[in-house]
Amino acid sequence: MSDLRELYQEMILEHSRSPRNFGPIENQNLSARGYNPLCGDEVEIFLHRDSAGILQEIAFEGCGCAISTASASILTEVLKGRSEAEVREIFSEFRGMVAGDGSPPSRDGLMKLKVFGGVKEFPSRVKCATLVWHTLIQALDEQDGEVCTE
Amino acid sequence: MNRQSPIDEPGQASVELSTVRSLFPCLDQVVHGHPLVYLDSAATTQKPTSVLAALNSYYREDCSNIHRGVHLLSEKATARYEGVREKVAGLINATDSREVVFTRGTTESINLVARTIGRDRVGAGDEILISTLEHHANIVPWQMLCQEMGAVLRVIPCSDDGELVLDDLDTLLNEKTRIVSIGHVSNAIGTVNNVKLIFQAARRVGALNVLDAAQSVSHLPIDVQDLDCDFLAFSGHKMYGPTGSGVLWGRMELLDSMPPWQGGGDMIRSVSFDGTTYADVPWKFEAGTPDIGAVIGLGAAIDFIRSIGLEAIQAHEQVLLDDAVLKLGAVEGLRIIGNPVERVSSVSFILEGIHPHDVGTIMDQSGVAIRAGHHCAMPLMKYFGLPATIRASFAVYSETADVISLLEAIETAKAVFR
Repeated sequence: MSDLRELYQEMILEHSRSPRNFGPIENQNLSARGYNPLCGDEVEIFLHRDSAGILQEIAFEGCGCAISTASASILTEVLKGRSEAEVREIFSEFRGMVAGDGSPPSRDGLMKLKVFGGVKEFPSRVKCATLVWHTLIQALDEQDGEVCTE
Repeated sequence: MNRQSPIDEPGQASVELSTVRSLFPCLDQVVHGHPLVYLDSAATTQKPTSVLAALNSYYREDCSNIHRGVHLLSEKATARYEGVREKVAGLINATDSREVVFTRGTTESINLVARTIGRDRVGAGDEILISTLEHHANIVPWQMLCQEMGAVLRVIPCSDDGELVLDDLDTLLNEKTRIVSIGHVSNAIGTVNNVKLIFQAARRVGALNVLDAAQSVSHLPIDVQDLDCDFLAFSGHKMYGPTGSGVLWGRMELLDSMPPWQGGGDMIRSVSFDGTTYADVPWKFEAGTPDIGAVIGLGAAIDFIRSIGLEAIQAHEQVLLDDAVLKLGAVEGLRIIGNPVERVSSVSFILEGIHPHDVGTIMDQSGVAIRAGHHCAMPLMKYFGLPATIRASFAVYSETADVISLLEAIETAKAVFR
């Protein structure tokens, strides 16, 4: 049960039940879709990136497991107002935390991302946590098509 | 039924259930600190020691390529490999063991039919009929054939009970229907389909009948003559055999009329640069060195099944399945998907407010192996408006204690998400 509590931290459960920034935004200028065929998780991300490269708005929509829904919800909270370049660096750190050396993102305002630290012990769930991040990068790259975790 | 209950059938070897379980070494292990509870047999079954021994003895004692070898090892390997055709024919009541073609599995068997006789028989505007309950392996090959030929894929609908709705069968089947390919048992929810009725109707319009028996061959007696099918496909690994073994059975006159599928060694009679003449059925469909060990293992798996008897296996599994369905149905916040009159081996369900993938992870932490996902039946999931379900599936080695562990793991999942 302790490993499970490490994975399903209260904040993850809470965000999965009441996801923030859920649904399309009016002024979006970038979007992308992601899909995890393993579990059927689907996510669509909506961004408003201003001319200076700052993500002024981030929202998402989709259905998925608690890990993927919470990951998307928390992502929209912690990345809003950050620059595209910084977001790409944070993604790299996030990936390191859940699938690499386990060290959490270091910069300010990213405490919430640490709740996904437990995912590292569940290799089959890493893709759940990273799906929305890959989808975000796809949107920033302005690439067509759907991100697929497989 | 408890651990000590015998699986008994008149005229068959009687095997104690406790003995059956002990024949599966993979079941005897601890997962995340709990004894393994394996409820994913519809994905693949565990393998009994006799199958492992057959694989071992082929590789240790008779390892050699089959056919055309003049040395002893090749003769022994060939005899063992070819002998399995007889065992398969006996299992499905085929009249001629040459009608048994070895493949890698159900998927390859269905693709073989689609790519050979499918291309011969299906033209622009023709129709192929499948059902909503199909596994992707019995959807995609036909979709590809339809795209290539300009044909139309038609689908028998299903009800909320997860049963095929056959009311409009007479319009779904018409003079344009060339092939009807139906799963015997739904892998996602366990429904037993009335394939005999569908095949009789298909016969009236002159369509070919293909039976996907992947989910039935280890649970129900199959008689290809009684079912009146033209082709039957199944996998060895879902019936206690090794992965990489599979069967396509077909009527001799059809197999004989079909072009070969893959070209290469072993499927020829003679080759020159002016042309090639092909080997006889079934060898013309077995190009290249097959998975000899896996086929020999399949033979041992058939011996294992017959030593207990399919009727006895079915009776044992049905008690467990009925018990599971009853108990799951009483769990608060749990919804069983489908309520077919006849169901074997599998039950699918969801837990209110908890995604199946999360349930799967939590159950795994309790040592309970179930499958969470779309079960390669995405059209069926779409019909039920679900991204995924949790599926528990049973086999001959399953026991009442497994159902209890399943229910406990469900309560753990609910507790984590409370």
